[in-house]
Amino acid sequence: MSGIGAVLDPPRPVTRRTNGRVPPPPPPTGGGDGDDRDREPRPRGLDNARLATMFFIGAEVMFFSGLISAYFVLRMGAAQWPPPLQPRLPILVTGLNTLVLLGSSVAMVRALRARGDHVRLVRGLALTGALGVVFLLVQGYEWARLVSYGFTVTSGAYGVTFYTLIGVHGLHVLGALAWLAIVLLGARRGRFIEPPATGLRACGMYWHFVVALWPILYVTVYLL
Amino acid sequence: MSAHAATAHGHATHEHHDLGFLRTYVFSTDHKMIAKQFLFMGLFMFVIGGLLALLVRWQLAWPETPVPGLAGILTETGGVLEPSQYNMAFTMHATIMVFFVIMPILAGAFGNFCIPLMIGARDMAFPTLNMLSFWTTFTAGLVMLAGFFVPGGHAAAGWTSYAPLSSVVQYTGVNWGQNIWCISLFTMGIGSMMGSINYITTVINMRAPGMSLFRMPLVVWSLFITAILLLLALPVLTSGVAMLLFDRWLGTSWFLPSGGGEPLLWQHLFWYFGHPEVYILILPAMGIASEILPVFSRKPIFGYHAMAFSMIAIAFLSWIVYGHHMFVSGMNPALGMAFMVTTMIIAVPSAIKTFNWLGTLWGGRIQFTVPMLNALAFVSMFVIGGLSGIFMASTPVDIYIQDTYFIVAHIHYVVFGGSIFGAFAAIYFWFPKMFGRLTNTALGHLHFWPSFVFFNLTFFPMHIIGVGGQMRRIYNPLQYEFLQHQQHWNVIITIGAIGLGISQIPFIVNFFWSMVAGKPAPLNPWNSTTLEWTAASPPPHLNWGPTLPTVYRGPYEYSVPEESADFSPQTQPPRAVAGARRH
Repeated sequence: MSGIGAVLDPPRPVTRRTNGRVPPPPPPTGGGDGDDRDREPRPRGLDNARLATMFFIGAEVMFFSGLISAYFVLRMGAAQWPPPLQPRLPILVTGLNTLVLLGSSVAMVRALRARGDHVRLVRGLALTGALGVVFLLVQGYEWARLVSYGFTVTSGAYGVTFYTLIGVHGLHVLGALAWLAIVLLGARRGRFIEPPATGLRACGMYWHFVVALWPILYVTVYLL
Repeated sequence: MSAHAATAHGHATHEHHDLGFLRTYVFSTDHKMIAKQFLFMGLFMFVIGGLLALLVRWQLAWPETPVPGLAGILTETGGVLEPSQYNMAFTMHATIMVFFVIMPILAGAFGNFCIPLMIGARDMAFPTLNMLSFWTTFTAGLVMLAGFFVPGGHAAAGWTSYAPLSSVVQYTGVNWGQNIWCISLFTMGIGSMMGSINYITTVINMRAPGMSLFRMPLVVWSLFITAILLLLALPVLTSGVAMLLFDRWLGTSWFLPSGGGEPLLWQHLFWYFGHPEVYILILPAMGIASEILPVFSRKPIFGYHAMAFSMIAIAFLSWIVYGHHMFVSGMNPALGMAFMVTTMIIAVPSAIKTFNWLGTLWGGRIQFTVPMLNALAFVSMFVIGGLSGIFMASTPVDIYIQDTYFIVAHIHYVVFGGSIFGAFAAIYFWFPKMFGRLTNTALGHLHFWPSFVFFNLTFFPMHIIGVGGQMRRIYNPLQYEFLQHQQHWNVIITIGAIGLGISQIPFIVNFFWSMVAGKPAPLNPWNSTTLEWTAASPPPHLNWGPTLPTVYRGPYEYSVPEESADFSPQTQPPRAVAGARRH
């Protein structure tokens, strides 16, 4: 409605007087500005499962932000980092392990591309899971070695930040593996062959998140 | 998987559902039943939190005298509250009220009830997740209550649990209580994350045809924004609580300087969550007021878009103001300056909302019904709480009044005057739809007026004794010579608090009596326009008949001059004449 049109309109007759005062004319639509033509359900951008996974990942990002910022607070407060007389972290083995985890993400991408091909889907998911398990086993082996050097959670700020950040990520890999196992069992029974396959794709999103988190933690905790 | 279930159910709407007692009332996936479960849980915890507050008040008014009725429980002191028990009482009062009363009632109950009904969905996007969310929160509540019965008593380091006070057992003498506090909040964090993911997905994906984002009622907007804040804020608390547990259990040193830890880190993590949390508590109440004021003014909301955008602005700003809780914690003063400025800026969207509420009332045909009275109380008390907040935002003033009763007055004006009156307004407003029966108006007035008077009698004098120097969390104000001259205020406050407690009895009576014996409610008792009033009272499982409602207009079309009725429901198609004039 243009300004000129509003001026030219004759004043509306007052039909209702309330509390002795004329109420200001309300706008023709009480707040809504959509047009009336969209009676059909709108095409959705993302299905519920993937949308929810996206927001879940948002919450996880905030959780890890809390941990990583806490790590930096403690590290900036320390006189020397890593503190003297503490073992150095295994950079090379963990670096190779990083490649294993990144490889699992590649396997996941290939599995997701292979939808419709039952055998390749199952094989791709199994490979993803296997690489995830290898990653966790190597991490566990490294932890056992570090503990044998006397490096534990009570070894000051250096110990607690290392074990918390890496351990919480490990727990997330474990959780993602559990989800992957459920999806894999479903896929073996022939689910996720038809196009929507939302459960599979949501699981893929979460797997990629858990993998993408690792290089950040590796650089922060091991390399910096 | 639950999403598939919901759509599958959606096709078979009008089939008769016979789910049995357990699936209908206990492990229900129906959003309305879950809403009721959250409501009952919140109200039950409200009684406990309120009684704890009365314990604190008794001790402050008549220090170290036997509390009536407590001689049987505190046998060794004959009913006198000991310092450790006093610490426990104020800690648990705040913890329960914040996490297990206001959040379950406003975000839990009304989030669950309003979102699907007001956007025209059959249920939440993930009904099973919704059920899990309630039972996780319920478990967290049970764990929290269990803390009262462990040796050493419950957590006593304040609801903020500042480290190292909370992280070293010897400082408060509480071992298991603090652990239980941590475990309970960790669990609650998981439960509310499930809920918030569900709310967000539902609002984005499950709206009825024609329900565009800017046709959503403002309460849905507020709950949507609250869910986003919950989703992003609570994980930070969860990480902090996990660190606190590690320090207590494993002997690590996140917060202990002796091992290279940093005590201030807890405050950063806590308030990075804690300030958005304040808006998690108040935003749904703001939405509820925005919903109720137009209905009982018979006028459209003033500035719908401004209302929605100011809520978004509040949510955004709430992330960058948290440092104002830490002005005297030894933070860099330059940082304090930045936090002071951002805090003052947040007054702008809040003022936009307040003026829009006033603009809605201006010239309206106001009906002073019980929900309206509570909503008006919300607006007026929120203004007082908001204005005292500006005092605290200013660093020089804050250095003087921080940790005094001035801040206690401020938080209670916002959280009781704001959120709880908002919750009362919502309960009275949606009760007919929730339970299919009308509440008793006389009892409603008998609840509202004493509550309003006693509320102000309780919390307004706290401003005075706060500026007079009374610190919060002190056991006995008479120990301090400079506080003795204002002890009469403490007595007045406690009398007000007892009155406030007694004023809730008509509410409880009204709530349960109306639930079983109230007059059956018509479909739309308040002549409101939004979608939930087109459903049956109470709405059946899956809410709507065979077809979803179609939305043709905005949510606040009251007193439209061309229409014969003074409200135009959102489902009312535009008249042919009106349609022709568009071209």
